[in-house]
Parts: sequence; structure tokens; C-alpha cells
Amino acid sequence: MKLNDEEKAMLAGDLGEPKRWAMDHMIRVGDMFEAADFVSVSQAHMMADPESVGVAGVEFLEGMASHPPKDRRVSVPMITDPRGVDLSYYRPLGQTEEMADLDRRTIAACEALGILMTNTCINYQTIMPPVFGDHVAFGDTGVVIYCNSVLGARSNFEGGPSALAAGLTGRTPRYGLHLDENRKATKRFVIRHQPQGLTDWGVLGGWIGRQSGSYWEVPVLEGIDAVPTSDEMKHMGAAMASFGSTPLFHIVGITPEAPTLASVCDGAPPEAEEITKADLDGLRSSFGGKGDKVDVVVFAAPQLSLVELSRVADLVDGKKLSADTSMIVCTSPAVATDADRFGLTARIEACGAKVLRGTCFYNQYAREIGEANGWKRLLSNSTKIVNIISGYGYEPALASMEECVASAVAGEIV
Amino acid sequence: MTTELKCHKGMGGKVQGVALVADDNFSARYDLDRIKGIFSRPQHKLVGQSYVDKILVLNTSKGGVASAWMLHEMKSRGIAPKAILFNTANTILAQGAALADMTMCDRFEDGDVTSLIKTGDEVIVDPQAGIVTILDKS
Repeated sequence: MKLNDEEKAMLAGDLGEPKRWAMDHMIRVGDMFEAADFVSVSQAHMMADPESVGVAGVEFLEGMASHPPKDRRVSVPMITDPRGVDLSYYRPLGQTEEMADLDRRTIAACEALGILMTNTCINYQTIMPPVFGDHVAFGDTGVVIYCNSVLGARSNFEGGPSALAAGLTGRTPRYGLHLDENRKATKRFVIRHQPQGLTDWGVLGGWIGRQSGSYWEVPVLEGIDAVPTSDEMKHMGAAMASFGSTPLFHIVGITPEAPTLASVCDGAPPEAEEITKADLDGLRSSFGGKGDKVDVVVFAAPQLSLVELSRVADLVDGKKLSADTSMIVCTSPAVATDADRFGLTARIEACGAKVLRGTCFYNQYAREIGEANGWKRLLSNSTKIVNIISGYGYEPALASMEECVASAVAGEIV
Repeated sequence: MTTELKCHKGMGGKVQGVALVADDNFSARYDLDRIKGIFSRPQHKLVGQSYVDKILVLNTSKGGVASAWMLHEMKSRGIAPKAILFNTANTILAQGAALADMTMCDRFEDGDVTSLIKTGDEVIVDPQAGIVTILDKS
């Protein structure tokens, strides 16, 4: 990789050990993907929940944090993805002091590095959305696909270590989605059934992700009649990234890089594949069935926006959950504070549900809390969580937000 | 007779081990029980099988940024694969291999690596040379 004088100095350790490590790490990755040089980034966002970071990762972060402030502070604004423990509510979930301590240590180390603990995977709705053409280093697949596709920003999927390296140095190797040529459509889908509601959008995203297949495929969608809302795009993107490792999609006439089909095609467009209602119903029906008992209803993955929380509050008003069914609602600390102020948290919790702040269900020791609470059959309106949670010992099923609430009240899938 | 497969220059050091192969994809968060060291997602083709000290051979890496930390965490406890070979890696797994100092290669010239290598094959992975050698079974 071609390095400028500042990058050479960082690699030589002249600007301290954290930046030396960061450059070495990014050059290893850049070499594998044939990056020619580095590109400056305006923001970094890191996933560092304790379940994935582990003791080894926390010790690594503490090692970074042990250097002098001038060496260890991040050089661009850096924020965080959801945590594994809501420190205001973890014992009742069956989470242990050990888990909470690991989280506390991670937070202390990150704060010493100058990272802002936003603990959110909806930063593009709540913190500072990047602008068109903005190079960033974001560390959550749902965040990356949304920012690339809906906002026209440029980010690869950045795992925690690489996001940290980008934050420390203010740059990332120029490969993947930072390059024009990797943003052109390689798959083309024509939508013959208009999605209605968040779950439909998630199912559509899941279908396209599964058909797309790898990080290096870029789907373009035609036939979407109306402009989706931010929450609909969020559910579609998160599911697409989850099913397919897909980091970017275009919607002709809607997303900013695709005013026309030709504008996202390198020469002739890829052959079109139609997506019908039957296709989407097929993906949906592989999950759960009516009359099945429900142990826990989960609204998460991604964290809920204020608009989604308001909808949940409207749906649960005046209702009580079945004695056999729990309901967990995950949002960011910032949104939770607003929800408290607007009375939404109190309305949601009055039915017996719990609003968690700064976590997301699947990255908060899902296996352990499932075992502690006897949760096996999980119902959610998130196509993403239904796709991923079975590895943690759950039997997941998918339903709309309205059906999820009704099922939580009935204790079985309605 | 040994067989040499050419791939893109990869990550990490040269290792030798026994292959565990599936025409399926990979995420450390979604597919594994990292305490027991086995594949745990019921839909995964390797469900129930141990990946510890194996040369894992899979199609591609899936969503889930967590895998980057998890390779490092798994290796710190000694419950990790020796190497992972993909037809196509994504950025997260490459970044994770860089932190964990785990061997990883992708982009094989001779076709689908999940059919070129069989479970039980003894293989040597040389990522810096971009060569994977399948040793003679006899």
C-alpha cells in the first residue's frame, strides 16, 4: 500500500503504539483486498459488546487504553454499537455480575480512548447520519447497508478492531465499497408485490440477501411504487445484510446513486429476476406457525426508533401480557430518554413488557438469558433476528408488530 | 499424489491440519457454540461438528460484524479453527483473522474450494504464497 509521510510515521510508531498497531492491522487487511492506499474517514462506529469481545478483547482494549492520552485518543468522532448488558436492568434477565463487569471494563477502556458510548445500531436515525459521498468506517452490518444504500455514504463492514483502527488514525484502506467500481449493480430484481409494513420489508430484504449471496454482490431493485420510510429501509437493509452479507443495494428512482437503472450499471444491466408474493410467502412460512406457544416476543434488531416505540405503545395500551409470555423491547439510550420523557416507556412497561436501553437482544448473551428465563419459542417482527437467533438455541417465528403484540397477550401465535 | 490449489494471497502464517468442509456459509456469531467448539445453528450443514483445530473450508462469510472480535476471542481460549478457507471472504472475517493472527485464504483459481477439498483431507495452507496443498492420503 502507498503511504504518505504521516501514515509512514504512524506505522513506524512515531505517533505512539495504538496508531502503530492500527496501521499494521489495516495494512494486513488492505493487502488482502488489494487496497492501493488509505482514504480519510469522517466518523467511526465500533461494535464491542462483551459477548463477542470476550475477556481477550477487553484486555486488548485495556492495553490500548493504558497508553498516554496523546497516543490513545481517537482522531475522528467515534461511537459505539449496542452493548451486551443494560447496566440498569440485567440481574432480572439472568445476566451475571461477570457479564456486567466485562461490560463496565469495556466502557471504561473505550471512554479512555475518547469513544462516545452511544450504544446504538440506529445512529443514522439518531446521532449523525453521514452525507452523500462521505467515507466512514461503520461497524454494524445494518448501519453500513443503510448508510451506503439510503444515504450514499461509503463504508465497508468494519469489525470492531478495524473500526477502532480507523478511529485512531482517521482513515481506512481504500478497498471494497470506497471504490466506484464495487458499487455497481451485479444482481437485478423486479418487485411484483409491494411490501406493506416493516415485516414485509424485512422479508423482501431477506429474500434479496439470500439470492445475492456474498459481500461483493450489489442488488438493484426495480418496481417499488412508493418511497419507503426510514424504518422500512432499516428493516429491509438489516435483513438483507443478515441473510446475504450484502453491504449495499440500490432502488431505481429512490436511492441516491440510482436515479436510473443505467446509472448503477456498468454497461448492460444484469438479467432481471422477478420477486412475487409467493416467493416472499415462502420465506415467511419457513418460520413458525399459528397456535404455537410463545415464550418471548422481541422487538429489536435493529433497535427501535421513536416512531416504532410509539407504535408499540399504542398497540399495548390497556392490555396485559400472558403470564407465560415475556416481551423485550430494545432501543438506544438516546431514544429511551426521549421515550421516558414522552411517557412511551411507562405505557409499554404497563403491559408487563420491558424496554432495554443500549442493548440489542441477540448480542446480549441470548443463549444465557434464554436458558435463565426458559425462553425458547421467540416471536419477532424482525426478519433479521428470526434468521440469526436459532444458533443461540431458540425456535424463532416471524409476525407483524400487531400480530406479535396480540400473540404476547394470548400466549400463543395468533 | 499431492494437489496444489492456487488462491489469492491471504492472511496469517503457514499451517497444516485436517479439513472440515461444507458447501455452506460462516458467521462466528450465528453458527457456532463457541464454548463447546461446535457448529450449533440447526440449519448449518456442519451442525454438531467440532471445528477446533480444523482447517475450515466454506463458501463465504455472512453478515455479523461480531465475528471480527470472536476469532480473536476463540483463539485466546484455544477453541478455534487452525485456518479458514473461503471461496469468497468478506471484510469482517479478514479483519478478524488479522487481529487473531489466524490463517485465512480465499479466491481459488481452480473453482469451488468446497468441492476441491474433502472433509478429512490433510492440507497445508501457505497464505503468503497463496497456495493450499492437499497431501496424498497414502
